[in-house]
Amino acid sequence: MSTASVAISHAEIRRSPAHTARIYWKETKYEFLKYLRVRMYTASVLSFPIMFYVLFGLLLNAHDAIGGMRVPTYLIATYGTFGIMGASLFGTAAGLASDRGLGWLEVKRASPMPPFAYFWAKVITSMVFSAVIILALFALGVGFGGVRMPFITCAKLFGILVAGSLPFSAMGLALGYFTGPNSAPPTINLIYLPMSFCSGLWVPFMFLPKFVRHVALVLPPYHLSQLALGAVGAGAHGSALRHWEVLIAFTMICLGIARIGFQRDQDKMYG
Amino acid sequence: MIATAERTQKDTSAAQAAVVASLEAVNKNYGAVRALKGVNFRVRAGELVALLGPNGAGKTTAVKLLLGLMPSSSGKVRIFGADPTNPENRTRTGAMLQVGRVPETLRVREHIDLFSSYYRKPLPASDILAIAGLEKIRDRKFAELSGGQKQRVLFALAICGDPDLLFLDEPTVGLDVEARRMLWDEIRQLVDRGKTVVLTTHYLQEADALADRVAVINEGEIIAEGTPTEIKAQTSGKKIRCITGLDLNAVRRIPGVIEAKSDREAFEIHTSEAEPVVRELLNRDSSLSGLEVTSAGLEEAFLALTQESNRNGNSVN
Repeated sequence: MSTASVAISHAEIRRSPAHTARIYWKETKYEFLKYLRVRMYTASVLSFPIMFYVLFGLLLNAHDAIGGMRVPTYLIATYGTFGIMGASLFGTAAGLASDRGLGWLEVKRASPMPPFAYFWAKVITSMVFSAVIILALFALGVGFGGVRMPFITCAKLFGILVAGSLPFSAMGLALGYFTGPNSAPPTINLIYLPMSFCSGLWVPFMFLPKFVRHVALVLPPYHLSQLALGAVGAGAHGSALRHWEVLIAFTMICLGIARIGFQRDQDKMYG
Repeated sequence: MIATAERTQKDTSAAQAAVVASLEAVNKNYGAVRALKGVNFRVRAGELVALLGPNGAGKTTAVKLLLGLMPSSSGKVRIFGADPTNPENRTRTGAMLQVGRVPETLRVREHIDLFSSYYRKPLPASDILAIAGLEKIRDRKFAELSGGQKQRVLFALAICGDPDLLFLDEPTVGLDVEARRMLWDEIRQLVDRGKTVVLTTHYLQEADALADRVAVINEGEIIAEGTPTEIKAQTSGKKIRCITGLDLNAVRRIPGVIEAKSDREAFEIHTSEAEPVVRELLNRDSSLSGLEVTSAGLEEAFLALTQESNRNGNSVN
């Protein structure tokens, strides 16, 4: 049939490193500001994990223990995982699907913006919101839940959860390329709410029905939450190496899917 | 297409300037849909060219090909003599595209600050705000702007890199008269500053008010090209209205008739030249009455031009 006469070039524009850094900085800064001002995003993505934590970790079960670990500490790991997953999925998928479907990404592509800066801004913004959620959970746990842990443990948990934003940002990019502006948010909910439950983020893993526990083994939030629980010394399931392997493989697969979507978009016209 | 090439040759004043953008025998298909069919189109430095055509004619496709946002199915697309996907070109072009949704929570000055950062030598923010008439609303969030103000922000983003070549895709669609005239003034100022502008529109009036040269595009083909005056001369048809006992199909076959339809008791006939048609009508029907000959409006004439091309395939010229 027809042959494409124009190859899509990925060459970069000649810029000084300082100029490139400034573009990445501004792209990220405005991406962050953009989301910070969207009440729907901040209200749901930031406040849900915090509300859940306050309710189930501080008000109801503060003096109980799960597998020898105090509930307020245990739930920082699991609601932390839940929080960063929501922040990352909504932060990347919803924005990308809307930008793609409603023409804004095309305006940016027609400008000399380095394409990678766009994705970078989304991923970093998701990480920043993830960090905010984790810090809020820490503050509540320490202030009202009697959570005490050595600084190094605290740093390890924080590091794991914030880095854990990456697989879900990658998943968000993949989803953003294969959903529309209107279908992206419900699709995210459809995936991430059941996935949270089956991974033991709401009900601790050992209390889940047996078949759900089998399902959990293929779910990335399960592996991330087990790493987080391992960091605070809770009796975690499975080996840490295995959890990292699954998360890295999952990230790679999602980035591969996102790349297919990126390529496919080059030859498509939008409304 | 041959006639198009001849006209380009004739246009000696523009022929001096370098070609900054071109489509050569370009085809673009979306699956089975042929959006552009063998289009030849050239833009010379310093001119304002309008791509004029109805919705779905292929205007936006042509612009997106020139911006390197998608590949052509066949043919050659060039910007500044190079491949349109060459990122360096993007520092010399600006684009105002039709957008469904712009990030609404960012302020006008923030949008401009971000886009300016992409360029090596952007215009100062104060200049951009002044040119686009946004000084008073620089701190407003995008969501709080009126339709005309939103278009002006998109215009500001297109000019913030001080580009040599500017693409404006339906810049005034959906705007009221006042907002439209304001944007027209801003576009004229750019041309006065030596910029090259490619404008797409489905308003003949807009092409007439702004363009040095107009290319009429319909169903993926360029069907006429020339100065606005030349286009109007080609399309300034007459409308004949009369009451006659003749058969409508017979009237349609009279040479020079573009379109004929019955309208209440009378026939309404579009023609490029009224006299021979009227003579023929009177010859055939001595009882013809209620004869009126009026100039067709610009929009009607444009419609006639595109309709004629639809009927004859490709051979308007």
